[in-house]
Amino acid sequence: MTKLKKERVVSKRKHDKRERMGSVLYLAPSLLGVLLFFVLPFLVVIFYSLVDNPISHNFVFLDNFTKVASNSAFQLAAKNTLKFSLIAVPLAVLLSLGLAILLEGGLPYKSQLRTFFLSPMMVPIASIVLIWQVLFHYNGVVNNALLGFGLDKIDWMKSSYAPVVIVLLFLWKNLGYNMILFMAALSSIPKDIIEVAQLESASEWKIFYYIKTRYLSSTILFVTIMSLINSFKVFREVYLLTGDYPFDTLYMLQHFMNNTFRSLDYQKLSAAAIIMAVVMIIIIGILFITENRFGRDVEG
Amino acid sequence: MRRRGRIHRQTISQRHRKKKIKNIFSFTFVGAFAVLFLMPIILTISNSFMAASEITSNYGKIFATTDTGGKKFIAETVTLKFIPDIVSFHQYITVLLKSPDYLLKFWNSIILVAPIVIFQIVVASLAAYSFTRFRGRLKEMLFFAYIILMLMPYQVTLVPNYLVSNWLKLIDTNWAIWLPGIFSPFAVYLLTKFMRRIPESVIEAAKIDGAGEWQIFRLIAMPLCKGAIYSVAILVFIDYWNMVEQPLILLSDVEKHPLSVFLSKINAGEIGLAFAVATIYMVPTLLVFLYGEDYLVEGITYQGGIKG
Repeated sequence: MTKLKKERVVSKRKHDKRERMGSVLYLAPSLLGVLLFFVLPFLVVIFYSLVDNPISHNFVFLDNFTKVASNSAFQLAAKNTLKFSLIAVPLAVLLSLGLAILLEGGLPYKSQLRTFFLSPMMVPIASIVLIWQVLFHYNGVVNNALLGFGLDKIDWMKSSYAPVVIVLLFLWKNLGYNMILFMAALSSIPKDIIEVAQLESASEWKIFYYIKTRYLSSTILFVTIMSLINSFKVFREVYLLTGDYPFDTLYMLQHFMNNTFRSLDYQKLSAAAIIMAVVMIIIIGILFITENRFGRDVEG
Repeated sequence: MRRRGRIHRQTISQRHRKKKIKNIFSFTFVGAFAVLFLMPIILTISNSFMAASEITSNYGKIFATTDTGGKKFIAETVTLKFIPDIVSFHQYITVLLKSPDYLLKFWNSIILVAPIVIFQIVVASLAAYSFTRFRGRLKEMLFFAYIILMLMPYQVTLVPNYLVSNWLKLIDTNWAIWLPGIFSPFAVYLLTKFMRRIPESVIEAAKIDGAGEWQIFRLIAMPLCKGAIYSVAILVFIDYWNMVEQPLILLSDVEKHPLSVFLSKINAGEIGLAFAVATIYMVPTLLVFLYGEDYLVEGITYQGGIKG
């Protein structure tokens, strides 16, 4: 190797090193913040969940988890939250997909309609809770309508129907966002493939099932995950409608967390947070794997 | 030959007609749906222009208080009215001039949200640049970790947030809400997705012209991501303007609560005011929406496809 070449290699290495330094510098603020505010404390949370109290640090392993899991308030909250997600998420995905297909199918005033559907996203939920109360109060508009049809009044907020009200609010809030995602995905499906299928006189349903869903699968995955996350946020709506102690069917995981925060029982909180994180990772993992199987054909 | 051609033409025109009918159907359906979506917003705004007495007579049965004393008129039925009998600015006057509480809470909201939006974007655009320009195995793993973190529900990150705020003695100060907000991975994720679409050749060309990393970042990456930054700002803004969980847990001082939390605590007696306050609280987001809808749509669109 000549001297010149060597120098060049050295300078290249120097350059690489400088580049790496630069890369670290740009990332540093964010990384430090994330480490300090999310990762490190999460490690502590894991630690707390395994010891009996924050001072003596005796390892009790899974004791805290069994305690939380057998706590009736946690069970109720977990059951309600899961039930809510199981109903609200599929509905949100299917309805928004349906709306997106209709809108992309060449309706006039597409962008205006899109604006209408998106507008709930903009409205602070606290503002809209009033209207929901007017609608679903025992003496509210919906019950009046029911009376008009000769049906019995329903005490919406204080009965097993309460989740229905929240599901409606959730759909109202989230459909627009999901719809935009689906519209973008639909318009990016290659037109020629669909034209070929039409020439082969495939029915619309077949085109949808055999072609479009393949291209939509990654968006369906994303919309499902986002809806799932948003369904965990539904506490906001419930809290604003009903306060700290709602009717039993509306007692969500966030209520459990808030009430546990008041007693500052770190063990309980940590164990609950970890249980939720694990469940979340499992659900997302399953969704990812399903999508990988299903959308394999169009990966590119 | 000729006959077959005619038949073919017929089916096409039939198909067209069928499609037209279908379109009319779906337009009415989607349109009705859309109006339903807009209704709560219109109702809130129109009700904010009603006089207090009109509100009471409309919704008395729902928000009736027992402690008002004196004469009380409560309507038998609840009526949903879109157009006020008399347009009255009385509620706005009360909110804006006579009860400083609401304005204070509105100001709290601004104080809480603005720094998060600004600094989350500053921190995130630097990080996104790093994730875009210097890629390697480690970086990809790190980016994946950011995505996982982003997907965690608030109930999971809440406890870690609380612990740090407690160690740093930030509980009951705005910092407890600002700092985790500023370092939230959401903007990093979205901006990285945008920035990775900048063609390599653009950056290479700048490099050949002798631009340093900082210059590339400031003069090329940032201007090209302007739209993305707007849309991220809008999404972050909406999210935090709506916050409820964080102040409830991290700020025990009710005086510091944002309007998003306080609005739910308006007493039933002042229900008329609530509509005016709600409308005022909507104004910033509606303005953002009117001016930035396209950015918002673009931002949401780019969010899709986690794997990309």
